[in-house]
Amino acid sequence: MSPALPRAVHPVAWWGWAIGLAVAVSAVTNPLLLLTALGVAALVVTSRRGSSPWAKSFRLYLWLGAFIVAVRALLHVLVGLKFGETVLLPLPEVTLPSWAAGINILGDLRLEGLLGAVTDGLRLAVMIACIGAANALANPKRLLRSLPGALSEIGSAVVVTITVAPQLADSVQRVMRARALRGDTSRGIRALPRIALPVLEDTLDRSLLLASAMDSRGYGRRREVTGSQRLLTAICTFGGLVASAVGIYGILDATTPGWLGIPALALGIALSLTGIWLGGHANARSTYRPDPWRWPEWLTVGSGLAAAVGVHLVARTDAASLGMPLSPLAVPALPLLAVAGLLVAALPAFLTPPPPSASATRSSHLRLRAPLGQAPRAEGPPSLSQWGTKSKRET
Amino acid sequence: MIEFDRVSVTFDGAMEPALRDVSLSIDEGELALVIGRTGSGKSTLLGAMTGQVPHFTGGTLAGHVRIDRRDTRDHRPRDLADLIGVVGQDPLAGFVTDTVEEELVYGMEQLGLDSSTMRKRVEETLDVLGIADLRGAALRELSGGQQQRVAIGSVLTAHPRVIVLDEPTSALDPTGAEDVLATITRLVHDLAVTVVVAEHRIERVLQYADSIIHVGANGVVSQGDPATMMVTAEVAPPVVELGRWAGWSPLPLSVRDARRRAKEWRSLDAQPLRLPGDPTGVVALEAQDVIVAHDSVVAVAGVDLTLRAGEITALMGRNGAGKSSLLWAIQGSGSMRSGSVRVPASGAAPDIDVRSLDAAQRRRHVGLVPQSAADLLYLDTVGAECAQADRESDRQSGTCRSLLDNLAPGIPDDRHPRDLSEGQRLAVVLAVQLTADPPVLLLDEPTRGLDYAGKAALRQALRDLSARGRSVVVSTHDVEFVAGTADRVIVMAAGEVVADGTAADVVVSSPAFAPQVSKITAPQPWLTVDDVRYAVGEPS
Repeated sequence: MSPALPRAVHPVAWWGWAIGLAVAVSAVTNPLLLLTALGVAALVVTSRRGSSPWAKSFRLYLWLGAFIVAVRALLHVLVGLKFGETVLLPLPEVTLPSWAAGINILGDLRLEGLLGAVTDGLRLAVMIACIGAANALANPKRLLRSLPGALSEIGSAVVVTITVAPQLADSVQRVMRARALRGDTSRGIRALPRIALPVLEDTLDRSLLLASAMDSRGYGRRREVTGSQRLLTAICTFGGLVASAVGIYGILDATTPGWLGIPALALGIALSLTGIWLGGHANARSTYRPDPWRWPEWLTVGSGLAAAVGVHLVARTDAASLGMPLSPLAVPALPLLAVAGLLVAALPAFLTPPPPSASATRSSHLRLRAPLGQAPRAEGPPSLSQWGTKSKRET
Repeated sequence: MIEFDRVSVTFDGAMEPALRDVSLSIDEGELALVIGRTGSGKSTLLGAMTGQVPHFTGGTLAGHVRIDRRDTRDHRPRDLADLIGVVGQDPLAGFVTDTVEEELVYGMEQLGLDSSTMRKRVEETLDVLGIADLRGAALRELSGGQQQRVAIGSVLTAHPRVIVLDEPTSALDPTGAEDVLATITRLVHDLAVTVVVAEHRIERVLQYADSIIHVGANGVVSQGDPATMMVTAEVAPPVVELGRWAGWSPLPLSVRDARRRAKEWRSLDAQPLRLPGDPTGVVALEAQDVIVAHDSVVAVAGVDLTLRAGEITALMGRNGAGKSSLLWAIQGSGSMRSGSVRVPASGAAPDIDVRSLDAAQRRRHVGLVPQSAADLLYLDTVGAECAQADRESDRQSGTCRSLLDNLAPGIPDDRHPRDLSEGQRLAVVLAVQLTADPPVLLLDEPTRGLDYAGKAALRQALRDLSARGRSVVVSTHDVEFVAGTADRVIVMAAGEVVADGTAADVVVSSPAFAPQVSKITAPQPWLTVDDVRYAVGEPS
């Protein structure tokens, strides 16, 4: 295989990969495996993230994970069930009245209980890091663009919301500054209407302008659809919904016959997908440079799946090795199959095409702050000679 | 191509129709210029062409509007997207995506064109508009002129047969406006699209226009040949005003034509009309070495500025040259990294450092009307705003109201500020800020959205202020306004002052930014039609 040209890997592939990894760690409290998974996620993110503002978000998810571990440990100290033999920190125990029996507040802090709480928190933290990795690797806007035709309008609406939201912050800042010009610097609840009113009016105006611009550029155009096709779409989506409901009922209720469970659910999903596909026909929209789905995408999804399968196989044969041995306390095992599965998930870091270089997709994170919330302008190199000479332009 | 058949538009709750019995037709490949006073219904007329009136705005449309035989009754704007491209005033408000390339394809994606056609059209459009080097750039980082060209490009890619532009240059600096207008004329000449444009820099497009659509008072619309229509039009650029006064017939529509007619004036004895600003006036404000930086970007790089009482100073320069930052820093509310801003105190007391005062005291020394003036208004009636202004400035009640009546008579107390016209709203904000009676008044881009009459009213208000010994600074792109108003012009570029002198010295010496009258009558030092009237006396 020759080295692939730089291009963005399909966002859906990254989500598939991340979900595979998250599913893999969801049943694991073994810190060795958890840290391996975290390392894999971090490696892939650092080597394959693009230059969009989203790409920088991975760090935030890591902080969130650390916060979760800390909170989990703290809760354990406060109200957790302290078990084990090694006392780390002798603390007095608060005795609660009989109606609250079973809840221990404080009490001696023991190593085993604390380790159990920390590994449990770590599991959630790593799962969140996996989602964070997907978010950093796959631009959510591109993800929404690859929605099927029938759902593309919802996708568009979400994209617009994402785009417009930062402008709200600009408005607030601008109005706050303007208020100072009237000598009004009061803060708090009294100032709220004076800020909120102009900001809301501004936002509303802007949304209307955007909506009318989108309308006149053809947003929401529909093809002519025959009545029979519309009926078929309706039957498919409605039938799919009913079949899915029946299927889920069948799976959850053990007394129903077997054919009512998974087959009905599968039929329901198939019908729904057909309905969405048919409904997409009414939408005339096409996609410019659609993200291709080639072998790197298969590889990415497959590697995530491999991690999930590896851990799942270990869970069936040797479930104990996935946990943290607490009683008695021991060094966690290292089940080779699970480790191998997780390491396969690191392959996208080396085998997928690298992301396009920053200059080609220069994006809005370079945004400057300009006075008054006015849009920042990137001017050419300013020079004295440009003032007073005719601007260069083709005629 | 475009046909209006006895069209009347009445908005919900309005007593009078916004457009009254309009019949007009625009042929294929024509450039039609829509003119009229602010608020006269230009936008409504354009909206009716694109189907946004009444599909988007509501209201009742009587009669028929047909675009290439498609009636807007049965076709919503989105169904006309392959036929009509719409470009608005503020390009940023209409952008749906983040980058230039994505924006160019957005319309095509909605129309469902296939991938190879889209690739081809993107390249063509990038070349036609000369923005190929911006392909991957983020839209928010572009200059205003570039943004507007991208906005034009983004409708061009759908290959519409009509392009409708509603004041496409009103938010741009002169250079950006030039670029956009050059693009528009190129559309008409090279691509043979029908272009309908409402434009307040009439003179730039007038010479290329095939017909003028004049939207008059009460929604009466007339259409005709440019030279005849301009004789009686309610709005007139200086070149037309000069032609009317001189009685030239046919009326010259371009600076070039007018220059040929003004031959004999050029040889007249030049009279220095305007006395240079009085450099001995009382200093009203002294700023030294003002440096403003937003994060790592230096907006104002060490500016010294002395403002004198009774002087109107115009602050000019490209967008992003640091004008707003300087005004905010001088007022004291904006950020400032270093430097000092002092105003003289009464009597023998030492000068006051403006920036050390709190917001309420500061505005009694220096007032500022910001670019988006409406941000200052947050109450629901004009009367309440005035009462609030009196309270916050500790003035007698009624002060603000009487100021407002002087600036713009006849605004009822119970009107909501949002329902006012651009000019009326500016007047309310101006009155609010003048209630504190600051000796120095700063205005950031007040001429935006004002028509010729609105500007004349503003000019008069500023002249009155300076006659009362106030010092006024106006940041603006509007050369004609500067020519008729300012005593002194300061030009900024890249955060520095690059020129500072009398209006005549600074503006006339710049070929691209000289006012029309000065272009017509150069080498005479005249800037406005009034100057010519004064110097020439009676037209020959």
